[in-house]
Amino acid sequence: MLAAVRGFFSERGYLEVETPHLLPVPIPEAHIQFVETARGAVLHPSPELYMKRLLAAGHPRIFQVARCFRGAERGDRHLREFTLLEWYCAGADYRGLMETCEAMIGSAARELGLGRRIRYQGREIDLEAPWERITVAEAFDRHAPEPLEEAISNGRFEEDLVVHLEPRLGAPRPVFLTDYPASMASLARRRRDAPEVCERVELYLGGLEIANGFTELTDPEEQRRRFERDLEERERLGRRTFPLPEVFLEALDRMPEAAGMALGIDRLAMVLTDSARIDDVVAFTPEDG
Amino acid sequence: MYNASDLRKNLKLQLEGEPYVIVDFQFSKPGKGQSLYRCKLRNMITGAILDRTYRSGDTFEPANLEERRMQYLYNQDDEYVFMDLENYEQSMLKEDQVGDAKNYLTDNLEVDILFFETTPIGITLPNFVDLTVTRADPWVKGDSVSGDSKPVTLETGYTLRVPPFIEEGTRITLDTRTGEYVTRVKE
Repeated sequence: MLAAVRGFFSERGYLEVETPHLLPVPIPEAHIQFVETARGAVLHPSPELYMKRLLAAGHPRIFQVARCFRGAERGDRHLREFTLLEWYCAGADYRGLMETCEAMIGSAARELGLGRRIRYQGREIDLEAPWERITVAEAFDRHAPEPLEEAISNGRFEEDLVVHLEPRLGAPRPVFLTDYPASMASLARRRRDAPEVCERVELYLGGLEIANGFTELTDPEEQRRRFERDLEERERLGRRTFPLPEVFLEALDRMPEAAGMALGIDRLAMVLTDSARIDDVVAFTPEDG
Repeated sequence: MYNASDLRKNLKLQLEGEPYVIVDFQFSKPGKGQSLYRCKLRNMITGAILDRTYRSGDTFEPANLEERRMQYLYNQDDEYVFMDLENYEQSMLKEDQVGDAKNYLTDNLEVDILFFETTPIGITLPNFVDLTVTRADPWVKGDSVSGDSKPVTLETGYTLRVPPFIEEGTRITLDTRTGEYVTRVKE
């Protein structure tokens, strides 16, 4: 599967890159518990910061397959240590990311000898493009017991998403969930024609969240304000806070308009091998010692 | 004190003053959102099932549970009486709390009784117990329906299938986890 993914991006002119796994300062995301080293560095929860610095340095198409680390995340779909595929494309927006997803996953499935239709946990998924695209607000209207605004103001957004939406997303066709409320994406650009939402997209296959991406925010001032807001949230939640990633903010000034996506390789492997648990697609889990 | 990230299947907690065991557990973390810990909990006294969703930052009291080695004395009506082997104190479980364990209880059997604070709430049997067959019908050879086994009744009233050579008065060993025959006790 990894060979198919690498082949797909190489053929389209993407450069495979490697970036440091140890970060002196991370993105201050509110809901990630970082894995820290004895010297105070953080094992990267994603390669996003350095990948964008490469974009700013003039590499317009890059991808990376990297081990990533997020503390306190363990369940049937989560490992503290997992594999992310990230790719970035200068000049593209989130619509381009969706097309790349369709083509890339379709080609990986073909190379693995799977047909256009695959089965995941008893449900058929038709991989024929184009896949369904619905906004978060539409998905709440369709599947949740309350509209999106109400769920957010009552603090039930995540619960509704997990309990009512996710099980219904991504079968019999893959679904892109798009246009998240602007408050829910720290690094995504607002939609120019609808600034209350941002150009963020999540891909679901068979009820599994597979990938998250967005049209990148390239305004360093707005990015700084959002980081400061996230930092306050981390403080409120009693999580460790860090200084802002100043080198990244400085590079953002030179970064071209671009879009980037992070895709969980283990999750994609679950879908393509019809595995119920993430444990089934890795050689060792934390509990194996 | 437990944190939400300690939650897992089989963990025992105290909620609203009662002991619960987590019978099903799912960790979710949608997108860039906060972690959700979805639990199905069983009340260890009433058996009632609760569905609860917890978040990072929630904390929990461990259930104050203790097992004590006790001897089964007797039962009267629907009450089963046990005696602590260290201090000779007696405790009582109701028939529905004893459950299937009553099929294996004979006088003086040593068992573990689970206490929530000072209240007895459950019983753990030894994995293997010996019981006497009180009723066994002769085996009808060639009975294709029953195959190579026949039904017998034990001193506790429990009935099960055993090999055809087991007769009335024989002592047999049972596995209390499966309720099945293991072997004949050698006298």
